[in-house]
Amino acid sequence: MSEHHKDIDQPTGVETTGHEWDGIKELNNPLPRWWLYIWYGTIAFSIGYMVVMPAIPALPGLGTNTRGLAGQSDRIAVAEQVESLRSQRSASGAALLTASLEEIETDRELQQFAMASGESAFGDNCATCHGAGGRGAKGYPTLADDSWLWSGTLEGIEYTLQHGIRHEEDADTRFSLMPAFGRDRLLERQQIDDVVNHVLSLSGREVDEAASKRGADIFAAQCASCHGANGTGDRTVGAPNLTDDIWVFGGEYRDVYNTVYNARNAHMPAWGERLDEATIKSLAVYVHSLGGGE
Amino acid sequence: MSRVTLITPKSPPPAPPPQDLYAKRKQIYPKLAHGKFRTVKWVAMAGMLGIYYLVPWLRWDRGAGVPDQAVLADFAGERFFFFGIEIWPQEAYYLAGLMILAALGLFLVTSLFGRVWCGYACPQTVWTDLYIWVERAFEGDRAARMRLDAKPVSFNKAWRKVGKHAVWLLIAFVTGGAFILYFHDAQMIAQTFFIGEAPLSAYWFAAILTGTTYALAGTMREQVCTYLCPWPRIQAALTDEHALNVTYRYDRGEPRGPHRKGESWEGRGDCIDCKQCVQVCPMGIDIRDGAQLECIHCALCIDACDEMMKKVERPTGLIAYDTDIAVARRAAGMPAQYRLIRARTVLYAALMVAIAVLMAWGLLNRGTFEVNVLKDRSPPYVRLSGGDVRNGYTLKLVNKSGEAREMSLEANGIDGLELEVIGLEATEAGRIFLPVAAHGVDRYRIFVTVPQETAGGRDHFTLLLQDTATGELHGNRTSFMAPGD
Repeated sequence: MSEHHKDIDQPTGVETTGHEWDGIKELNNPLPRWWLYIWYGTIAFSIGYMVVMPAIPALPGLGTNTRGLAGQSDRIAVAEQVESLRSQRSASGAALLTASLEEIETDRELQQFAMASGESAFGDNCATCHGAGGRGAKGYPTLADDSWLWSGTLEGIEYTLQHGIRHEEDADTRFSLMPAFGRDRLLERQQIDDVVNHVLSLSGREVDEAASKRGADIFAAQCASCHGANGTGDRTVGAPNLTDDIWVFGGEYRDVYNTVYNARNAHMPAWGERLDEATIKSLAVYVHSLGGGE
Repeated sequence: MSRVTLITPKSPPPAPPPQDLYAKRKQIYPKLAHGKFRTVKWVAMAGMLGIYYLVPWLRWDRGAGVPDQAVLADFAGERFFFFGIEIWPQEAYYLAGLMILAALGLFLVTSLFGRVWCGYACPQTVWTDLYIWVERAFEGDRAARMRLDAKPVSFNKAWRKVGKHAVWLLIAFVTGGAFILYFHDAQMIAQTFFIGEAPLSAYWFAAILTGTTYALAGTMREQVCTYLCPWPRIQAALTDEHALNVTYRYDRGEPRGPHRKGESWEGRGDCIDCKQCVQVCPMGIDIRDGAQLECIHCALCIDACDEMMKKVERPTGLIAYDTDIAVARRAAGMPAQYRLIRARTVLYAALMVAIAVLMAWGLLNRGTFEVNVLKDRSPPYVRLSGGDVRNGYTLKLVNKSGEAREMSLEANGIDGLELEVIGLEATEAGRIFLPVAAHGVDRYRIFVTVPQETAGGRDHFTLLLQDTATGELHGNRTSFMAPGD
C-alpha cells in the first residue's frame, strides 16, 4: 500500500481516487462507514422481509404468490376490516332495528347515524336511477319533491324499499298495471289524442278545447277509475296525480300520448332481498329527509 | 470511419492507489471548557430541557369535556391546545404561520450571529452536551477517556462503559417518554404506559425517540450535523461577510508558534499553537482553518482560547464572534466595520413582524362561532306539485367556545320565502331554535321554499342566526335557484 504515492489535489487538499479524464481528477471524499453498514442492513432486512412477508410473485405451477411466514394478505385484511366495521355498525344498527322510524327521525343521534349510512347506501344503490340527492330523471321519480306515486310517509317509503314496485318475485310488491290503450287497441288514435288533450288541460295547459271536451268523456270511462274523477290520482294503486306539473315520463304532448298508447308500468327492485333491515330503515329516513317526506 | 483519434499516452497511467472509499468514524474526545460561553450553554441546556420535560404537566382549565392540558396536540379529538388558544384542523394555517415565523427567525439570527441555533438550541447539540456530561462523569475528561479507550478490557473499564450506556439509555427513554406526553393527557399516559394500557402509538413513538436519542446523541453526534442535517448547507446561503461568526482572528494570531515564558511577542502572532481550541471542539475541527461546514458555532473554542490567553498574559478574544470583513480589514491595516443593519436583516425582521402581527390579529379577531351554508348541488332546485320552488341546504354550525348555544334562525330576502328545518318545529313568529353543542359542529338540513310567483332564475336571501343568550348575530347571504332566467 505504501509504495503508491498519495495523489493530493492541491486546491482542496483532498486525496484523489487516481481516476483522471482530460486533466479532471476525481476527489475521494469518503462516505462515513456506517452509511455502508446501513446499506448492508437494508439488504439483510429485505431478505428477512422476503421470508416473513409475501414477496415472490406467482410462478408457473405455484398457483399463487408466496405467503411468507406472517401469512399477510391484504385481501384477507380488508375482509377482516369490513367485518369488524360491520360488527361496530351493528351496535348502532341494532338501535335502528329496535327504534321505530319516527323515533329515529326525532332522536338526533340516531337520525345523524341513519342519515349518514342512508346517504352512502343511497349513493351505492339508488342514485344510479334516482340521481344524486334524489333529483330524479325521466322515467325515475324525483324523490326530493312532494309528489309521490305510492306513499311519502316513512312507513310507506320503507315498504316500497322493502318490496319494490312491480317486482314480481316479491308477493307483497306494490303492483298495478295501466293498460296500453293504443297498442292493445282499446282506443283509436283519435280518441287517444282527445284524452291527452284533456289530461294536459287538467294541469292548466292550453289545449284544443273541442278535443279536450271529447276526451273528458273517454277519461271518465277509461281513466277515472284509477286516476280519479278529477285526475288527482290514487296512491293505493300508484296512479299519479295528473293535475300538478310533475311528470315522471315527461309532460310534453308526445310524452303523454306515448304513455297512454304504450303504458309505462315502471319497475323498482325489492331491496329487502339485497339490503339488511337497518340499511333499509336508514334509506327510508334519508329519502324522507330529501324534502318530500310526509 | 471514425473521426475521433485516440491519444495513446506515452506511458500507461499509474495504477490507482488502493484506498478506502468509506471512512471510519474517528472518535472525538471533547475536553471540558470553562468560561462564559460554557456557562451560557449550561444555563440554556437546563432551561430547554426543563421546558421540554415540564410543559406537558402544566394544566389549563377549559371546562368540562375538554382536555385540561396546557399544551396538547390531540389527534383523536382533532384539536391543538396551546394555553388559551384552541386550534381546529381547518385553522392549521396558524401552525404553518408559526413554522414560517420560526424559519424567518432562524434566517435572521443566522445572518446576524451565525449558527446560534446549532450551537445553543438545537436538540442535537443540547442532548449531545448532556450525553458528554454523563460520559465525563463516568470516564473522566478528554485525556482520561482516551487512556481508558486505549486500555484492554478490565473491570474498571467495563463498569464505566456499562454505567455510561445505561444512563444514556435512561435519558433516551425519558426523552421518548416525554415526547408522547404532548400527544395524550400526560397524567393518564404516565399511569397507563407502565401497565401496558397506553395506545400502541405511544409505545411506538416512545421506542423510536428512545432509539434515535441514544443513537444520535450517544454514538453519532457530530456525524448528524455533518452528514444528516441540511441546515449547515442552507446556512451558507444565509450568512455573509457581515455575519458574526465564531472566528479565529488570523490578523492577530499569525504567524503562530509555541511561545516560551519571557520570550518577546514581537514579530509573531498571538496564537501559541496550544491546540486547546481543537481539544474542546465537539466537532473535532480546527477553527483556525476558517469558517467550515462542520462548525456549529458552540463557542467553546472561545472559552478555551481565552483561558490560554489569560495564562500567557495576552488580550483575550483571539477567537471571538467576529465578521469576515472585520478580520480582513484589520489584516489589511484598516479599521474594522460592523454592519448589523443590512438589507437581509431588515427584510427578515420586517417579514417576521408582518407575520407576527397578522397572526396575532387573526387570533384576537377569530370568532368562536362559524356558519357554513352548503347548498345542495343535486338537485339544484325542486319544483313542488303546487308549482312552488324549493332549494335544500346543509347548515354547518361550528361552535368553538366551551358553552353550548342556542341559535335562533330566520330567513328573509325573497317575497313569500318559507323556511323549514328537518326535525325542528318553528315558533309562531317563524323562528326556529337550533341547539349547538359546545366545542363541536352541528349539522342541520334546511329547506327554503319560494312561491311560483316570486321564484325565477338565481336569487339571494339571508339566513340570520342569533345567539339567544348573548345576542351575537351571524348573517349568511346565500343563493336560491329556480328554473327560468
